[in-house]
Amino acid sequence: MSATTKTPTAPEGRTASGPSAVTRLLGDRRLPVLVTAALFLAMYVTGLSRYQNYGFADSQVFLNLFIDNGYLLVAAVGATFVIMSGGIDLSVGSLIGFTTMFTAWLVERQGLPLIVVVPLALGVGAFGGFLMGYVIHNFEIQPFIVTLAGLFLFRGLCLVISKESISISDSTVSSLAQTRVPLGLGDLSIGALVALAVLALAFYVLHYTRFGRRVYAIGGNEQSALLMGLPLGGTKIAVYTVSGFCSALAGLLFMLYIQSGDPLHAVGMELDAIAAVVIGGTLLTGGSGYVIGTLFGVLVLGLIKSIIQFEGTLSSWWTKIATGVLLCAFILIQRTMTARKQT
Amino acid sequence: MSTPSAAGTSRWRALTQHHLFWPVAVLVALLLINVPFTPDFFAIKMTDGHLYGSLVSIVLFGSPLILVAVGMTLVIATGGIDLSVGAVVAITGALTCSYISDQADQNALAGVFLAMGIGLVAAVLCGLWNGFLVARMGIQPIIATLIIMVAGRGVAQLITDGQIITINSEPYKLIGGGYWLTLPFSIFVVAAVVAVTVALTRKTALGLLVESVGGNAEASRLVGIRSRRIKIMVYMFCALCAGIAGLMISSNTSAADGNNAGLWIELDAILAVVIGGTSLLGGRFSIGGTVIGALVIQTLTTTIYTIGVPTQTNLVFKAAVVIVVCLLQSPKFRAKVFGAKGRGKPAAPAEPATPADAAPKMEVSR
Repeated sequence: MSATTKTPTAPEGRTASGPSAVTRLLGDRRLPVLVTAALFLAMYVTGLSRYQNYGFADSQVFLNLFIDNGYLLVAAVGATFVIMSGGIDLSVGSLIGFTTMFTAWLVERQGLPLIVVVPLALGVGAFGGFLMGYVIHNFEIQPFIVTLAGLFLFRGLCLVISKESISISDSTVSSLAQTRVPLGLGDLSIGALVALAVLALAFYVLHYTRFGRRVYAIGGNEQSALLMGLPLGGTKIAVYTVSGFCSALAGLLFMLYIQSGDPLHAVGMELDAIAAVVIGGTLLTGGSGYVIGTLFGVLVLGLIKSIIQFEGTLSSWWTKIATGVLLCAFILIQRTMTARKQT
Repeated sequence: MSTPSAAGTSRWRALTQHHLFWPVAVLVALLLINVPFTPDFFAIKMTDGHLYGSLVSIVLFGSPLILVAVGMTLVIATGGIDLSVGAVVAITGALTCSYISDQADQNALAGVFLAMGIGLVAAVLCGLWNGFLVARMGIQPIIATLIIMVAGRGVAQLITDGQIITINSEPYKLIGGGYWLTLPFSIFVVAAVVAVTVALTRKTALGLLVESVGGNAEASRLVGIRSRRIKIMVYMFCALCAGIAGLMISSNTSAADGNNAGLWIELDAILAVVIGGTSLLGGRFSIGGTVIGALVIQTLTTTIYTIGVPTQTNLVFKAAVVIVVCLLQSPKFRAKVFGAKGRGKPAAPAEPATPADAAPKMEVSR
């Protein structure tokens, strides 16, 4: 492949007058998503052929990807909004941990009913995101450093609530956690369904609403977006609010999945979310990508975990290494693509 | 802010506008807060030929952070950032400890030196990789270093086989937990690294080149500075510092923990750099400020312990510090809060007669 692409046309310098099929493919913004989807498929097929006798072919194994990674999907969808707008949110993991702790504390120690706690937790998350967005926009401080402060703050608040984990024995929570919704091929948990609903909503918002277009525009070029008269500040703040809301929702799903609150829940999950977004083909500089790619990113990460489980002999740290390697590969793919587009 | 009166204020103003004034003031204030709670806070005792005291332990426990932060300062000065230092700390500790634990005689000097060499070489290679991605491939530093941040801890666990490797090596214990000339040995290591860094960056043109690359990499390249090479060198240096910190941490605990060694040290280091007055936008740096910034963080931690505030609020305090420092550094915030006049031009605060040469450092970042 490399022999055919590079030699005839300009290597990097100028755009070729008649772009070949390969150049066109490389310039296609859907390429990273397609690569990720193909990767997922390839990994799945490999898994099928390797662990056929161990029940990998069972459709429930596929559905479990959603059950086990629903919270990550929600968090990653929130991160997609932020990254699409050209920012970054490091507070995701802490906010998830805080939400588990907050809800566990309210439900178990304060005896509040879940129906009150859930909107409260979502509100706190969204407000946290709003505050960070407000500071980022109004005082022109880098998102990285503001959300870093958010990371410290929420992790600290977790510990302020309690140093020990709080297990949840509330009957509503456990019945919700155990509910399985039967589908034709298997069943899904409530968390997985919520995650899919969030994904669908995000897809609609990003691709079919004015707000979604503004997010793309700001990520593409903030100056141009401003000159075009787009409400820069409002959109930016809204993006971080969405991320905060999604993190809190992810925290609720995580709480449901694991049925406890722990100050050390979800440490470093912001990296998983960012990795999922990047592997899903969203440009880290913003302005280009698809939320459906994020789904594939999460599925790939989830599949790595299941394959390592099925393999049995591999240890869990291989997950981190594999994630890092994939991250690297996709960053390089993105880099070659943007290099072609810019020049 | 201050009322301009007689000529006597000018010296005060010159003092307050020195770039180290605020970091030092914060540090001194933090240290003084301890006195009512621990009356002998500043006392230094001599026991068994070693100096003991709160001040000594602040420097001792702050040593790894100072090292990492010094490396981070140069990276940030080039307009970059290195998130992978925590993972590099873990990798270096893991490699060194696993090599030492394989030795028949863990106290053999040659083996210990070789082990440390292996660890540091691995660290520098991580830096080379980061620098390559940033300078050659043109990837944003945050993202480029994210790769090792994610994968590095996996690698460290791979090296230690997921275990916490404990070792029992007297010579190796020296670097992080030993004493020399009555002082903790790590203080000498830190002093040496800081001295070499300051000498290299302030006595040679290297510091200027780094600042130039951070100010405008493309322009620097056009005037003939090898900006890519400088960037790669800076990332390698940062990783080397993180590696030495990794040796120190693993030596102090006589163990390598791939999962928790150096956890979040990158964030503390960035915080130290910011407190020290180095702009995150690059183009200007202050090693002295960073050292003081790191001491501020360590003192904050110690203070929280000694005055009896529950330790878990540590992170909340840190978050507050980050926010306050960043807000104070933000020209827009200062314009909004301190100077109603400077609305349109945030770069010019409402102080009337600021001497041009003593302009506050943050404005350079705009």
